[in-house]
Amino acid sequence: MKHRYIPMTETDRKEMLETIGVSSVDELFEAIPEAVRFKGDYNIKKAKSESALTKELMQLAAKNADTTRYASFLGAGVYDHYKPIIVDHVISRSEFYTAYTPYQPEFSQGELQAIFEFQTMICELTGMDISNSSMYDGGTSLAEAAMLAAGHTKRKKILISETVHPEAIDTVKTYAKGQSVEVVTIPRKDGVTDIEKLESLMDDSTAAVLVQYPNFFGQIEDIEKMGEITHAAKGLFVVSSNPLALGILTPPGKLGADIAVGDAQPFGVPEAFGGPHIGYFAVTKKLMRKLPGRLVGETVDEDGKRGYVLTLQAREQHIRRDKATSNICSNQALIALAASVAMTGLGKVGTQEMAYQNIVKTRYAKEAFEKEGFNVLSNQAHFNEIVVDLKVPVKEVNDYLFEREIIGGYDLGLKFGELKNHALIAVTEQRTKEEIDALVEYTALCVQEMEALNA
Amino acid sequence: MHKEKQSLIFEITKEGRIGYSLPELDVPAVELDDLLPEGYKREEPAELPEVSELDIMRHYTALSNRNHGIDSGFYPLGSCTMKYNPKINESVARYPGFAHIHPLQDESTVQGAMELMYDLQTHLEEITGMDCMTLQPAAGAHGEWTALMMIRAFHEANGDHHRTKVIVPDSAHGTNPASATVAGYDTVTVKTNEKGLVDLEDLKSVVGDDTAALMLTNPNTLGLFEEDIVEMAKIVHDVGGKLYYDGANLNAVMAKSRPGDMGFDAVHLNLHKTFTGPHGGGGPGSGPVGVHKDLIPFLPKPVLVKEDDVFKFDYDRPQSIGRVKPFYGNFGINVRAYTYIRSMGPDGLKAATEYAVLNANYMMRKLEPHFELPYKQHCKHEFVISGSRQKKLGVRTLDMAKRLLDFGFHPPTVYFPLNVEEGMMIEPTETESKETLDSFIDAMIQIAKEVEEDPEVVQTAPHTTVVSRLDETRAARKPVLRYTKES
Repeated sequence: MKHRYIPMTETDRKEMLETIGVSSVDELFEAIPEAVRFKGDYNIKKAKSESALTKELMQLAAKNADTTRYASFLGAGVYDHYKPIIVDHVISRSEFYTAYTPYQPEFSQGELQAIFEFQTMICELTGMDISNSSMYDGGTSLAEAAMLAAGHTKRKKILISETVHPEAIDTVKTYAKGQSVEVVTIPRKDGVTDIEKLESLMDDSTAAVLVQYPNFFGQIEDIEKMGEITHAAKGLFVVSSNPLALGILTPPGKLGADIAVGDAQPFGVPEAFGGPHIGYFAVTKKLMRKLPGRLVGETVDEDGKRGYVLTLQAREQHIRRDKATSNICSNQALIALAASVAMTGLGKVGTQEMAYQNIVKTRYAKEAFEKEGFNVLSNQAHFNEIVVDLKVPVKEVNDYLFEREIIGGYDLGLKFGELKNHALIAVTEQRTKEEIDALVEYTALCVQEMEALNA
Repeated sequence: MHKEKQSLIFEITKEGRIGYSLPELDVPAVELDDLLPEGYKREEPAELPEVSELDIMRHYTALSNRNHGIDSGFYPLGSCTMKYNPKINESVARYPGFAHIHPLQDESTVQGAMELMYDLQTHLEEITGMDCMTLQPAAGAHGEWTALMMIRAFHEANGDHHRTKVIVPDSAHGTNPASATVAGYDTVTVKTNEKGLVDLEDLKSVVGDDTAALMLTNPNTLGLFEEDIVEMAKIVHDVGGKLYYDGANLNAVMAKSRPGDMGFDAVHLNLHKTFTGPHGGGGPGSGPVGVHKDLIPFLPKPVLVKEDDVFKFDYDRPQSIGRVKPFYGNFGINVRAYTYIRSMGPDGLKAATEYAVLNANYMMRKLEPHFELPYKQHCKHEFVISGSRQKKLGVRTLDMAKRLLDFGFHPPTVYFPLNVEEGMMIEPTETESKETLDSFIDAMIQIAKEVEEDPEVVQTAPHTTVVSRLDETRAARKPVLRYTKES
């Protein structure tokens, strides 16, 4: 058969078989025992031409409601943000995306330097000393932080606030099971971690306390206080942050974090149905040799010229094998590049401005909901999310909004029984005043209609 | 590649320049002090760059010019399957209906995405011969650990708490023992015999009622098919252990032999390898896991199901190991892999494997007179030669790898697997032409000749790259892991 990805011709094939000294390709597979040899062809769909396939897949994609066509107020860990157009142009350069891990530094200086710059930007935003080159996403990064803490402190209990993203909590629990580490949830009170409960749960078997900043409900908690409580019992303090929020919030490094993790998806990375996103992982100097994943370091070549290499590899699986504390190998390098380009484009000023817009627009939405008589539960300071009591099932409201080209907030009742009828509404800089007004107005109308029906 | 000094983005920054275009603020401005609690307003801004859009494009274009990808030239990095990354994949993954959908949208609004995932699962089940597939794991190593956690849950559900050991061949990828450790297991190594295959006698001596699983790559990292696989499966199953397939080398056996038929109970695939991910400079990958029906109850949740032509995420899985990551995996990579499979069809995938194996054997026989070949039988998609002959002349494999850079080739994987002295693991893939293979072979032969006649030129290589050999010891001894502004 002929295929555009396979260049060998019939003549090539014959010459090569002759060189090898066999008469057919089949002979090369003779080591496969008869009993496990696959006969015939896979029962899968036949190949399609480029045009036919793009047409089919374009139609399949069009079945989904995307956020370029709908005004989305859905966040809960993944956000519709401004993506500088240059991001896609840079990551589409195939010298980057068709390369692999930079094992040969002389041939991969571009990638290595880009990662070194990424590490620097994450250190700047988080206020931490050292950042690695990326993790799969924010959730697995948090789980790895918990495992690092358990290994480092030789303690077997992790405390995680209930205000951390529920899917991240689930991920931490799965990782913990592997290492026989116990995970205890710290209850919440008024949408933030219950600090009294944290104090009572904290003991000398606690490896780490894991909190989120801003938390899952969009609120800004008293991170510093929780760090002090953690350190008093000699545990490690792990803060999971939306890095965009750190454009205007005091960074975890200044609030006592030993490990700062999170997902840099807000920086130029599309939602993509949940992935690929980009976990980051940053630590204080004293944990440098415990860091999971790849690290790029600066050095010089034989002529004294500056260059970059993968470094401190003695931490990693390909050297340590069964002594490794993390098994991560492939990471999210290309997405780290995307986030770097977005962080560079936004830069020092744009990051602050974008973060500011999120907070102010969310404030505007909060007041608009309150004006319409909705109870907004977020009493504390918030970033770009608020919890609104819709008084009726969230699904009903969201269906109503969807017909009006709006994707509504996350239905908190799905995860939190007592928050039935409550939506987590995210407002980014992408949402216009008009869209926010429409969201509030249609929500109010929907509730009125439903209440009238039930009356 | 360009040799001039390359600035860091932080070194070309200038106060007052911007590279963004944010929406205008169309709601009333509010003082930040009124919105944030005391102590939580950032005092020192993050020192991110201040550059114009053209500055950014020039910077990253310059960096890309200092990087070698598959599109730049041949990249025979063994075990990594550096095949061509089709451009249609990139286009499809960027369709708004795939790139700009939120993972928590109502399922009725993302049926197209779920249909694609479901169809990809179905295709991968057929390709591997497994009963059920999950797309949740983000990369190969993540898939390994996911599968081991499922195997652990299976044994525990049977009251089998004494199975504490995972057996791994000495030629295995480093991720195998590391994944075993992270899943809470002790690793036991099984030896490779003189044919480059797992030593059956040694396997028999290490299995027992404490065996949780055997992890195996087939063909193995020497590029050799484990021809005793049926017997190995029996040995492990007879003591109640499970068989785990590391799918890093699936490109060698598509439509020739399926892990499910070989007796494997769990399989991970590297969609960024066999199924043209792409590799992204080190990721993102995607590491779906396929399982035999015994393990289905333990799959990570949610499990994607189809009921009356509607796709649903099933969270009601009481025996599930739980989540291994938020949401449903690296969807964008899965879209690319699906596009590739649909571009190839059953004939194309079979041809891919046949040419991958033909190309590797051709190169191996051409290089055999010039380098030590520890295992002489036909290889599969890759082979390992040894630089032991050259080492006697004072030239190491590392030197020869660096010399290849001067010819414009990315070197093979070197010093792996660990059981070959001065090893070079070469994987050409099916997407390379005979002309490319021949020019690489010529370069290798010339280097072997240089080792005999002018070893210094090899020992001091590379000579043409943007930097010469880098001081890795210094990087590790005095780690500089971020840019700091000179004061």
